[in-house]
Amino acid sequence: MTASILTVDDSASVRMAIRIALSGAGYRVTEASDGADGLNKARGERFDMVVTDLNMPNMDGLTMIREMRRLPNQAGVPIIFVTTESDDGIKAQAKAAGATGWLVKPFQSEQIVRVARKVLGR
Amino acid sequence: MMQDDPVAAFRVEAGEVLDEVEQALLDLGSRLDDATLVNAVFRGLHTVKGSGAMFGFDALAGFTHHCETAFDKVRKGKARASGELVSAVLAACDHMRGLLRAEAGTADDGAGAPILERLARSLEAGEDAPAGATGDARAGGWHLRFRLAPDAMANGVNPLALLAELRELGAGAITALTDAIPPLSELDVGECRIGWAMSLPAAATREAIEDVFLFVLDDMELDLTPLEEGDAARPDVPAGNDAAPPGTPVAARPAERIAEETVRVPAGRLDELMNRVGELVIAQSRLSQIAGHGEDLALRSVSEEIERLAGELRTTMMVLRMVPVANLFGRFRRLVHDLGRETGKQIALVTDGEGTEVDKTVAEALFDPLVHIVRNACDHGIEDDDSRRAAGKPETGTLRLSARQASGQVELTISDDGRGIDLARVRAKAEANGLLAPGAVLPDHELVQLIFQPGFSTAAAVTSLSGRGVGMDVVRRKIEALRGTIDIDSRPGQGTTFTLRIPLTLAIIEGLLVRVGGGHYVLPLGAVEECLELPAETDQRSRGRSLITLRDRLVPFLRLREMFGADGTADPYQKMVVVGAGNSKVGLVVDQIVGSQQTVIKSMSPLHREAAAFAGATILGDGSVALILDIGHLLAVAQPREERLRAVG
Repeated sequence: MTASILTVDDSASVRMAIRIALSGAGYRVTEASDGADGLNKARGERFDMVVTDLNMPNMDGLTMIREMRRLPNQAGVPIIFVTTESDDGIKAQAKAAGATGWLVKPFQSEQIVRVARKVLGR
Repeated sequence: MMQDDPVAAFRVEAGEVLDEVEQALLDLGSRLDDATLVNAVFRGLHTVKGSGAMFGFDALAGFTHHCETAFDKVRKGKARASGELVSAVLAACDHMRGLLRAEAGTADDGAGAPILERLARSLEAGEDAPAGATGDARAGGWHLRFRLAPDAMANGVNPLALLAELRELGAGAITALTDAIPPLSELDVGECRIGWAMSLPAAATREAIEDVFLFVLDDMELDLTPLEEGDAARPDVPAGNDAAPPGTPVAARPAERIAEETVRVPAGRLDELMNRVGELVIAQSRLSQIAGHGEDLALRSVSEEIERLAGELRTTMMVLRMVPVANLFGRFRRLVHDLGRETGKQIALVTDGEGTEVDKTVAEALFDPLVHIVRNACDHGIEDDDSRRAAGKPETGTLRLSARQASGQVELTISDDGRGIDLARVRAKAEANGLLAPGAVLPDHELVQLIFQPGFSTAAAVTSLSGRGVGMDVVRRKIEALRGTIDIDSRPGQGTTFTLRIPLTLAIIEGLLVRVGGGHYVLPLGAVEECLELPAETDQRSRGRSLITLRDRLVPFLRLREMFGADGTADPYQKMVVVGAGNSKVGLVVDQIVGSQQTVIKSMSPLHREAAAFAGATILGDGSVALILDIGHLLAVAQPREERLRAVG
């Protein structure tokens, strides 16, 4: 069964880069343009993993993570957030909100594929 | 009867002790410094000597005494264990077995003397060398213990993914630490309260190991300690149950043995009991029928109770006769060790799934076929050191025996990383034997099946190891006699894998009862994958094609009405039962699916044994007979049809 990944970012080019990297590795990728869009899509479908930016209009990443952890159909889903700084403050906040792991921007496509494999176990 | 004959009882017990000594010796062969094993061998020899003398087996006691004295030297550190010593003592064990089988009081026939000489020689060699670490220095490595935060899983952390990554780094001896798991009433299944401990090889760096825990490092307990050279990684045990320190291995073993309470029962008695249970199941199903038709609710409720009890009794019976395949695999350790020495090749035996259980009679019946396959692998499959090196393979060939249970069957695989089956020679032999017309086109996986034909051996020279080419057809027949199947997968230059699938129990199975015309048939429920109604259009359209698409896969089907010549008209809305084994599937079209029930298998009489489509018969609750369908045969009938139709297609 192919794993499905939700990528949430307000930048279309970033979404495209992530999509190409992950679908090239055999995952099925769904895109969302901001926190609210991401949450909506998550309500309708359980994903195997979520990758999200933190700075987004409409609903930022931290809020979306918090809300997503409340959704019954997303229980235990790994959520990876993308951060531009290796700032422990952000990491701690995101983990408190319920995030599983992180990815530091800018990243290579192999890095995100590696994180996906690590977190999904496949 | 056994309990009245102490000599017979002693023979059985001593045989078991010798088996344990043999296993310990084989282990010792790869861990020459292990004091626990040396002690285990010594104790075993000591026991055999003592009780042998008590029951009049003087020759045995005398011979064992010498072995015990010799081994005592190793135990006291005055001599070193070596591969040669291990082989010498193994030979001694064989001699002891021979003495055990002979009548009590028979004198040693003199075959023992050369063995004792060999023993003495191998000890002398060991005495001169200084005691100390042997050639295989144990590298350092790590000991890792970790515990995740309880809310880790809720936050998307997958402990299995972490363990998989650690395994990729070479983690071994992984133990789960379950002491922090709360009692069931307080258990929250969303929380991870299990910790893990394991050893990791020195090749794994601290960064690589910590990188596995990259995302969770801040919220977990992680204990990564380097091991000194020579430390054996000790299995982790939760506090309050201290592992015995290596100084007291002697005390540990006997305690284990006492704790395990077992009763020895002659296998014949278990068979009798099994028959009784079988009759009980038949009688109970008749009771169910009668109770079902009557109005008496009290009777019906008692009948249901009896049905439940009969089911439980049946399950217990099955379990009683089950033995772990570890016993079976254990016998192969010795065989592979000897074969390695005889052929001069280095062959390592790896086993997997030793805890898998099979019926005792099945285990016994499998021994010969497995021996034949293992011999072939060692003799023909695995190449000698030079060829392996030339092919870029590690010098030590690997023979892997693994077992697992899947859907009511036991799946045993024997795979080697040798040269694979030489298809060109198979072809040549087949054409020479007239089995294949020259130039006939045959796909590889069918070509390889030809080795199951009688008289087929492409070994250039018949070696004492592999026999005279009467092997593989007999192997297949023996497996089929157990209602099992055998498949081969051979990759040239890479190796060969044999997969045996045997039903778990021979006597009673869960069956699916179906009706075709006026007759009833039973399918083993374990092989049933799904039941569906045959869509009317497929039914009409497919008169000639007999293929149905199920979830993107073409599945051939057989109309049992046609196959069995059922009379009368077909029921409207035909049903299909899809059965499968391994990767093959076939749909069976029947008039009606009646339901599932426990089915006592009765063998067919010799008159009917030739009917390959049937694996046996059973008596239904109303006293009528239903035939049990042989899945393997039906799959075989469907496959060529499927391929032909696909080709036409």
